[in-house]
Amino acid sequence: MTDATANTPADPKPKPKTSLLAADARTNARNAAEKRFQYFGLAAIAAGAFFLVVLVFAILSNGLPAFKQAVVKMDFTLTQAQFDEAESATLKTKVYTGYFISALEQKLQAEGVTAQFDAKAIDRILGKVGGQMRGFYRENPDKIGQEISFELPAASRVDRYLKGGFTRADLTSDNRFFHQSDFDLVDALKDAGIVRSAFNWTFITGVDTGVDNAGGAGIGASVLGSFLMMLVVLCLALPIGVAASIYLEEFAPKNRFTDFIEVNISNLAAVPSIVFGILGLAVFIQFMHLPQSAPLVGGLVLTLMTLPTIIISTRASLKSVPPSIRDAALGVGASKMQSVFHHVLPLAAPGILTGTIIGLAQALGETAPLLLIGMVGFIARYPDSFLGGFEGPNSAMPAQIYNWASRSDVVFTEKAWGGIIILLAFLLTMNIIAIILRRRFERRW
Amino acid sequence: MYDIPNTNRDAAVESNEVKFKCTDCQVYYGDTHAIKDVSCDLRDRTVTAFIGPSGCGKSTFLRCLNRMNDTIDVARVQGSFLLDGEDIYDKKVDPVQLRAKVGMVFQKPNPFPKSIYDNVAYGPRIHGLAKNKAELDDIVEKALRRGAIWNEVKDRLDAPGTGLSGGQQQRLCIARAVATEPEVLLMDEPCSALDPIATSQVEELIDELRENFSVVIVTHSMQQAARVSQKTAFFHLGNLVEFGDTNQIFTNPQDSRTESYITGRIG
Repeated sequence: MTDATANTPADPKPKPKTSLLAADARTNARNAAEKRFQYFGLAAIAAGAFFLVVLVFAILSNGLPAFKQAVVKMDFTLTQAQFDEAESATLKTKVYTGYFISALEQKLQAEGVTAQFDAKAIDRILGKVGGQMRGFYRENPDKIGQEISFELPAASRVDRYLKGGFTRADLTSDNRFFHQSDFDLVDALKDAGIVRSAFNWTFITGVDTGVDNAGGAGIGASVLGSFLMMLVVLCLALPIGVAASIYLEEFAPKNRFTDFIEVNISNLAAVPSIVFGILGLAVFIQFMHLPQSAPLVGGLVLTLMTLPTIIISTRASLKSVPPSIRDAALGVGASKMQSVFHHVLPLAAPGILTGTIIGLAQALGETAPLLLIGMVGFIARYPDSFLGGFEGPNSAMPAQIYNWASRSDVVFTEKAWGGIIILLAFLLTMNIIAIILRRRFERRW
Repeated sequence: MYDIPNTNRDAAVESNEVKFKCTDCQVYYGDTHAIKDVSCDLRDRTVTAFIGPSGCGKSTFLRCLNRMNDTIDVARVQGSFLLDGEDIYDKKVDPVQLRAKVGMVFQKPNPFPKSIYDNVAYGPRIHGLAKNKAELDDIVEKALRRGAIWNEVKDRLDAPGTGLSGGQQQRLCIARAVATEPEVLLMDEPCSALDPIATSQVEELIDELRENFSVVIVTHSMQQAARVSQKTAFFHLGNLVEFGDTNQIFTNPQDSRTESYITGRIG
């Protein structure tokens, strides 16, 4: 019995009797606030989901056509006599075009389709058929006399006509690229199954092209450029980052100097990436004279950018290893280093890997620093060798997308959207790998 | 007061040889004076219990004995700790070598997240105690037998040590500690996370370990101290209040604070 309760005078007004069945004003207000908060939360999620859906829809509807291409499919047999005749002619490709046209006429007759066309129209619709055929037969003379199924890319206007991006109304007058009558011809060829849509492998494996062959542009070389950069980042950022975090977390004395370093690392993670681009330009290219536009330099810049992310996530996962494991190792006479490398590091590994993959994914999508070190060039061919690829000029996926998006030809805009799909596919894959690793090596104590 | 068993049941094993001679020991955590002027002699092949209320410094003192306080940045240790006449805080002493001689078992069972075999084999491996696999197997079996857990785990040495029950985990930790053939075994509240059955198993084990090791145990349970130890030290507010035979401490304490503590009036 304490003094406080002993001396309290009796309450002058007895507390009014309340019922549990009727909510009082205070409870009502509290419940209303709770409901309101829930609705705010739902609204926020709905807004986020809405924008995500719009984004995904926009990307897919604009980008998926880039994976399709109008092709001309023709079965064609060239005899030795025809080959000799064509090669001895003055205008060789014109002869090949003539062969192709006669084969096309036969085919159309067999299908029962009537269409009016001349060699010029075929050139406009099918592109350089003669040149491509000649190139094929000169490289594969053993194929002469056999039936070959040709699948040649159609002209970019035909491609866009089939995809719906180019209509009769868009063509105000006949020009050297297209005539009104060509629309009927394309329709006829389409009915005959000669012009059709096929999966565009060139987009995935190909290299960048100029305006004269916009439809043939591919992202392959940039994917290789990005891959080489990621290799550089992985080989540098992972060991340096992990070593730095282990030292800071396990060995470094806690004093002002290490505090200062810690603050700086946290700040570096928030530095805009273009600053790293300037740094790369000044140090790696202007001071160290490394080649411009090279994945090696891009990788070095992205390494600097990724290091803080890796260090922060590595330290967090080292911290999450319970101290009892360190004590246990020290208790049986392990040295500090043995306890870290035998016990702490293996337990922190999944966290470190996850952080590294997230860091890599971030670096993969980074564009700004690449602009400054010149990795936005026009890359029309693959590097000659694997090692040469590191120092030869190349582009990267986001830089290539940026490059395409800024060109005037609408075909490149479509390619830019398609490139975004490929970039997102890579990012999604990396994130899924990170999640699987985390699940798989979940803490086992 | 307490049901005190006959602590002299193995009087023949008991030794008068001093293993650890500690004189004027001081420990500071930053500005806090955690251990004040503690002097005591710990005997070989004897179980010594440290008792006292929370925060009295008994665990801190225990951790001085294998220099585990070195891992705490703000801790400073003064005074002399002689293990077989050698100062363990001498500059020439490598704490790693010391900890191989003075093993430790912690409050919470902390097996490595590895197999049972690897848990026990880890110490011998890093100290190079076995020349080949067969020798290592022998060491592991011997340690597990000493830890009184061999019969329960001999068929699943490859199973993870973390999959055992709490009591089994603690006995595994004891087996891991004895596998490196230490001379002194420090136990920091080894039974506080265990149920009574597991506790009694560990206590029996401590009694057996006394044949080969000098055992120092920190405990919050006075019954446990009375059951397993031959010597008892009572700590209070960083001071070693009383140190003597367990029988005498529990039946005829010399200091009024000891009496208050064991009768439940303080702590």
